[in-house]
Amino acid sequence: LSRIGDELYLEPTESGLSLRTVNSSRSAFASFLFAPLFFQLYEPGIAGPDTELFRCKVHMKSILGVFRSLPSLEKSVGKCLILLKPRASRLVLQLHCKYGVTKTHNLAFQECERLQAVFDTQRCTSRLCAPARVLAEAVVHFPPTLAEVTLGTGPGGKISLQNYVEEEAEPRKTMVTQLWLAEDEFQSVAMAPGSHITFCLKELRGLLSFAEASNLPLTIHFDEPGRPVVFTLDDTVLEVHLVLATLSDLESDSESALTNGASHVPTLSDDFADDLESYMAAMETSEGGSGGPPSP
Amino acid sequence: MPFSAQPPASGERYALSASLDNARHLSSLLRAVHFQDHATCFATASGLRVTVEDAKCIQANAFIQAEIFQEFSVQEESVMFRISLSVLLDCLTIFGTSSVPGTSTALRMCYRGYGYPLMLFLEEGGVVTVCKINTQEPEELLDFDFCSTKVVNKIILQSEGLREAFAELDMTSEVLQITMSPDKPYFRLSTFGNAGSAHLDYPRDSDLMEAFHCNQTQTNRYKISLLKPSTKALALSCKVSIRTDAQGFLSLQYMIRNEDGQICFVEYYCCPDENISEAEL
Repeated sequence: LSRIGDELYLEPTESGLSLRTVNSSRSAFASFLFAPLFFQLYEPGIAGPDTELFRCKVHMKSILGVFRSLPSLEKSVGKCLILLKPRASRLVLQLHCKYGVTKTHNLAFQECERLQAVFDTQRCTSRLCAPARVLAEAVVHFPPTLAEVTLGTGPGGKISLQNYVEEEAEPRKTMVTQLWLAEDEFQSVAMAPGSHITFCLKELRGLLSFAEASNLPLTIHFDEPGRPVVFTLDDTVLEVHLVLATLSDLESDSESALTNGASHVPTLSDDFADDLESYMAAMETSEGGSGGPPSP
Repeated sequence: MPFSAQPPASGERYALSASLDNARHLSSLLRAVHFQDHATCFATASGLRVTVEDAKCIQANAFIQAEIFQEFSVQEESVMFRISLSVLLDCLTIFGTSSVPGTSTALRMCYRGYGYPLMLFLEEGGVVTVCKINTQEPEELLDFDFCSTKVVNKIILQSEGLREAFAELDMTSEVLQITMSPDKPYFRLSTFGNAGSAHLDYPRDSDLMEAFHCNQTQTNRYKISLLKPSTKALALSCKVSIRTDAQGFLSLQYMIRNEDGQICFVEYYCCPDENISEAEL
């Protein structure tokens, strides 16, 4: 999550603890939902008829500081207690380590609105599922600084991955890397012929490392270019979603769409602005809008 | 004697002369107190003490007793001089700092007396290096007047339990707060940084606790920048004793075992931070 945003949103819900983040340009949203079963004890608190369950956000750096060295954490920490104390304005993280030592971190938090991206994987026309390793090995071939990559179909049912090259780029100065993956490398493929989608690779890399380490298959849901692509990981106790904005097809929109961290402000057509409203991370808890039931 | 080059002719009396087969026994200890450029060396028949101070609030001492040396002689009652610790360490490690088992740098140290430089003869694998380091007038050292009779609280911990804690101290906090008490939390290290506060608690019955003698609840704050260098001494040591007196002065004593199993000590003394306010919990 720290590879995407600078703030971590914590939202306890009935179905588990949700950790979310969004990037500065609001073109990437990620959420990790840990089911109650993941924990030894899970008490989300009581929501009254007029009050919602308390949620907050903390600086990513603060919370990363608590879990500094993963190898030593594994060796020395027995259990971790997380307490949200609204009245004291503190998020308490208490690590119970070996030799009876207790490390208590009292982090300052900020209250926040609900962070939710509106998307519906059911309505996506294309779906791919592969072991994370397949995709991780594929992206290795692209330079780390590469921004956008296009995923598409090719002859013989093959799936292609290619770096996205802008129209304006000089052909002589551009390097194109194209990778073809056979259908049998995937656990399932449901892609309309000729379909393609372009998204920012940078934000995906963090999720790929996590997926590889946890040995979970990655599912990619996408629709028309311009509508968000959703990457999901599913486990009995964990649900992960990564929602990325995608590039619109040039035929329908002459401006270039959002790329993460774009320094220029793209001038957007009205149509695109509407899409943006519907599909980008909403900071208000207002009704989800036209996109169908929001999930999760 | 591991030298083919002869040390200066006998007949010249040296205020201090010492030989050490393995210079690392000295250099590793000096590194543990190297947080300022200059140090004061004080030698008596019992051994060598090297003192480093900062800000008139912190003092570190490295003790290398005479028994550690193969030869150690002090002509007068005591010998004292100020020297650049950085240069001394550079010379002692002139053949490199990596410790390959089986090879070691042999050292002979000679000091003629007031006004004379400190001479070092270092040898490894047949190669000899001679160093001459200028000495200066010793400055007055702080006297913390810390003695065992005035100790209010004392604990002895296995260093293993503190090493990670000190290495990961939140340096955005200006102070390190130490609480010692006969009741909970027994022994607590606290920082108050940009992200919030952090507390590290060691219970009195922890396996790491070798001795626990706390009579009174005391909470004292010390400037974290002054204590952070003690992490080096902690890393080398196997045990550490933490003591405070009625004024909140802190004494940290580190027991260090060298490659040959001999024991040396390094101690740090620190004044409490002036602005003591109610501890934030």
